[in-house]
Amino acid sequence: MLKPNTLILTSALLATAFLLVACGGQDRQVIQNKGSDTLVNVAQAWAEAYQKIDPKTVVAVSGGGSGTGIAALINGTVDIANSSRAMKDKEVKLAKDRGHDPIRHVVGYDALAVYLHPNNPLDEISIPQLAEIYGDGGSYSKWTDLGVEVPGCKNQEIVVISRQNNSGTYAYFRKVILGVDDFRLGTRDLHGSKDVAELVEKTPCAIGYSGLAYVTDHLKVACVAQQTGGECTSPTVTTASNGSYPIARPLFMYTSGEPEGYVGEYLSWIKSNEGQCIIVNKGYAPASEVSC
Amino acid sequence: MNEKHSQPRRAVDFDRLNRAWYIDKAVQLLVFIGGISAVIFIIGIFVFITKEGLGFVIGDFSFSEFFFSQNWRPTSEKQTTYGILALIAGTASVTGLAMLIAIPFSLGTAIYIAEFATGKTREYLKITVELLAAIPSVVWGFIGLTMMNPLIIDLFDVPVGLSVLNAGIILGLMAAPIMTSIAEDALKAVPDRYREAAEALGATRWQVIFKVVLPAAKNGLLGAVLLGVGRGFGETMAVLMATGHSINIPGSIFDSVRALTATIAAELGETAVGSQHYQALFTIGISLFVITFIINLIADLIIRDVSKG
Repeated sequence: MLKPNTLILTSALLATAFLLVACGGQDRQVIQNKGSDTLVNVAQAWAEAYQKIDPKTVVAVSGGGSGTGIAALINGTVDIANSSRAMKDKEVKLAKDRGHDPIRHVVGYDALAVYLHPNNPLDEISIPQLAEIYGDGGSYSKWTDLGVEVPGCKNQEIVVISRQNNSGTYAYFRKVILGVDDFRLGTRDLHGSKDVAELVEKTPCAIGYSGLAYVTDHLKVACVAQQTGGECTSPTVTTASNGSYPIARPLFMYTSGEPEGYVGEYLSWIKSNEGQCIIVNKGYAPASEVSC
Repeated sequence: MNEKHSQPRRAVDFDRLNRAWYIDKAVQLLVFIGGISAVIFIIGIFVFITKEGLGFVIGDFSFSEFFFSQNWRPTSEKQTTYGILALIAGTASVTGLAMLIAIPFSLGTAIYIAEFATGKTREYLKITVELLAAIPSVVWGFIGLTMMNPLIIDLFDVPVGLSVLNAGIILGLMAAPIMTSIAEDALKAVPDRYREAAEALGATRWQVIFKVVLPAAKNGLLGAVLLGVGRGFGETMAVLMATGHSINIPGSIFDSVRALTATIAAELGETAVGSQHYQALFTIGISLFVITFIINLIADLIIRDVSKG
């Protein structure tokens, strides 16, 4: 008795689902959007908000890293690639060989905050000091080298936390702090900004870096100075977009050729006041002056 | 039923035989394909990883740099170097510690299940051990990162808890279930007459196990350990999260290290297909494939030896 009923019900449900998909699909455009893990939360928020403005356009967002997004743009599988770094000349050439002309759009700025454990008495740190901690052959290995003593930190040893070597965050931090030099071997290379925050929160000896948006209440954020002894700047939305914070980078969206049609409308909405307010709410700095 | 003797039935019988014959052949073919598919997949995978890594091996590959340098800097702006010595040391140290932890645990459990436990206790124990194997490795990794790290810092008063110790404990727990099952099978394979003979000579329970059962099951137990080692070498997600992922040749169990598998997992996703970095990662894959193949082969030969005699 139950079986035929279940069968009918299931097929009715399936038919309805199919009908919905089939009808909805007719006048719906899909924008494929992929790339930077730094941008993925914002991209998701944009996609959701845009759904209300233009219900006919669906934005499919996925992460995977800047490199993944750029590779997808080169292969022609996405409409918009998110990237926390500029495309390399090699990548631009590769894209052009495949018939894509990558166009760069700055959609916001991200400040890389230097994370410290709340117990750490250090308030400010300079770029040369960071180089001594992070650089290959750097001389700082203990917190006492910086003139502080961290309570709860065994031997005052600095536990240096970095990111996996193909993340855009890693590449940008290295460029600002070390130029063309390498990081030291033996840094803990974590997979993702959240893991960095998680580990620094629980490790008194630790120092780490990641986007301002991943700072939690259980973390201390260092004030960064260009030179040792110089005036330091705290990472905030304002200092990131006006360029006074030394470790802030632009965030990009790349399209193949000048964006037209619904992709173009989506991008200009992102650059509009409404779109920029969303990125500010997510903890990043806007590409231009906004009032929210 | 006297079908055999009635004439008209003959044709049907023949027909039926014929159909059965076809079905038989078809199933035979299906089973054959199923049987060799594993071989085809293995060969296919080996050809694929070799093909992807070959460009590096015959190109800029330097044997001494690859195996004897600890400088793994695939994205350096100055000079890219590909040395996996520290990664090998990382994998070996974590697996070694995991085995030190897993062997007593799994052997003890196996001896208890096979020799002492009876009835319900035994069933419940077996199910629980198998349940341990059902925990996904990313969950283990998460436990290592969020729970074990602060615990190790507090307990041992060390700067950071992501270390050989953390990953070794987790990997030991992950490898223990499979080792227990295999070891238990090996103990069960020891004929009861051995035990009876020993008991007849007046041996105590402990003497029977230690002097008779364990030596008789020696090969099977060794096979179990080697399978555990293979598991340790191949594990990725948990070691990625619990080791600290730090290029370092460990001097103590409190040092952070990085494993071969974790390096591939962390870096392959964002490397350009066909680049030198990509090919170097596949060369690590080839090395891992060869290492686990050898370990499993040895384990298999040892276990096979058991069933023979």
